Amino acid sequence: MKEELIVSGRMNHMVDPNLHIWHWQIPLYLFLGGMAAGILCIAALYFIRGREKDYRTAVRITPFLAPGLLVLGLIALFFDLRHKLFFWQLYTNIRLQSPMSWGAWALMVITPVSFIWCALHMRDLFPRWDWKYRWLKELEKFFNKYKKALAWVMLIYGIILGIYTGILLSAFNARPLWNTSILGPLFLASGLSAGAAATLLLSKNKEERKQFARIDLVIIGIELFLIVHMFMGFLASTQVQIDAANLFLGGPYTATFWIFVIFLGMLIPALLEIMELRKFYVPALVPAVLVIFGSFMLRFIIVYAGQMSRWLY
Amino acid sequence: MRYAMAVDTRKCVGCSDCVVACQTENEIPIGFCRDWIVEVTDGTYPQLEMEIRSERCNHCKNAPCVRCCPTGASHVVDGGIVLVTRNKCIGCGACIASCPYDARYPHPAGYVDKCTFCENRVKNGMSPACVAVCPTRCLYFGDLDDPNSNVSVVLKKRKYKTLIPEAGTQPQLYFMI
Repeated sequence: MKEELIVSGRMNHMVDPNLHIWHWQIPLYLFLGGMAAGILCIAALYFIRGREKDYRTAVRITPFLAPGLLVLGLIALFFDLRHKLFFWQLYTNIRLQSPMSWGAWALMVITPVSFIWCALHMRDLFPRWDWKYRWLKELEKFFNKYKKALAWVMLIYGIILGIYTGILLSAFNARPLWNTSILGPLFLASGLSAGAAATLLLSKNKEERKQFARIDLVIIGIELFLIVHMFMGFLASTQVQIDAANLFLGGPYTATFWIFVIFLGMLIPALLEIMELRKFYVPALVPAVLVIFGSFMLRFIIVYAGQMSRWLY
Repeated sequence: MRYAMAVDTRKCVGCSDCVVACQTENEIPIGFCRDWIVEVTDGTYPQLEMEIRSERCNHCKNAPCVRCCPTGASHVVDGGIVLVTRNKCIGCGACIASCPYDARYPHPAGYVDKCTFCENRVKNGMSPACVAVCPTRCLYFGDLDDPNSNVSVVLKKRKYKTLIPEAGTQPQLYFMI
């Protein structure tokens, strides 16, 4: 049998024998950012469509999670940087070809917007809330007047943020597993399903819960469709991408991917939600937590497995 | 101007002198390297073929590391050399992940480091440290746009290849076979 033996004298820390430059911080951030994007997109969409009354939790309550998620995500991102004191360089440069630059600027827009959105709904959480100062009240009036514009900004930047978490990875052709444009829509869908699950978790309204169980079901369907297409694309591509797919089809990530992401994160919650819609009693907590967990695991596994996938020469 | 390097894989003996010269010249921290030796053995015993390559950053014409850098720390200078500005680099690691040759590494001081084609020496008319020190003279460095430069002359005479050109990077390290 013809064989090839490659011996390399290079042994750079965090680069060899496998790349392991990105650790828990990046997938954690991708998950938190994606979920916040999902929550904000759903809130903005229902507000713009004038369905605020029917889906009060989704528009007014769930978004309170978003600023927290975004800030935690930013802290995780900061931990990832190795030259931390120079982080501000992100905001003195606009680099259109760099997904990370897009992400940094999108966060710069959507984080304050999410805080403003929450501030406008403080009275929903605390009925006796009062903005003590006059200028704060003026500010509230101002933003209430332009709430629809704010919702549009939130929707558009939410979509950018959700897609960018995937594009960030798919822009790297050096890592064949990441190098598929399906990751953008897949991560957006996964973020939206986590966002829908958050409302499912928080809502006390039966009709709203039903609607969000339905939304989750549809998005899980879309995610499964995208994952199947991702594998079809890989297996029909070059050897390096076939190898990348094989990380999940018999390779070291097979069990974790199929058990945690597909089975526990998508199939089981989908089944439970179908049961709920068919009037069986299912505690809303279970499918919602499973969906959020699956969305988290998807990013972890893709980020770690991607660093194992490479060109051999 | 287009700087490039040619490596004669038939003359290279894999002594690693280029590696040590680089580490000395550029004060590379212990345990890291900007250039390295790869030995590839191919075939079925007893019909074996061996290739030894001195590898480093390919200073690609279409450099993914420069494209994905969010701050512009990774940039291309005159002659097509890809460099990192230390106090612009935030150490996010995107360029390290984007390089199909894994030519970059995180410097313990925080920024990302890589081969510079010894820009400081080249600017002053010297050749890169690895080229200058090579005992078999298997490394050639020069300007591809100049038909009389070392690299241009040697590449006209010999068969050569580049590493994973299918990655679309247009690498500027030529391996003569």
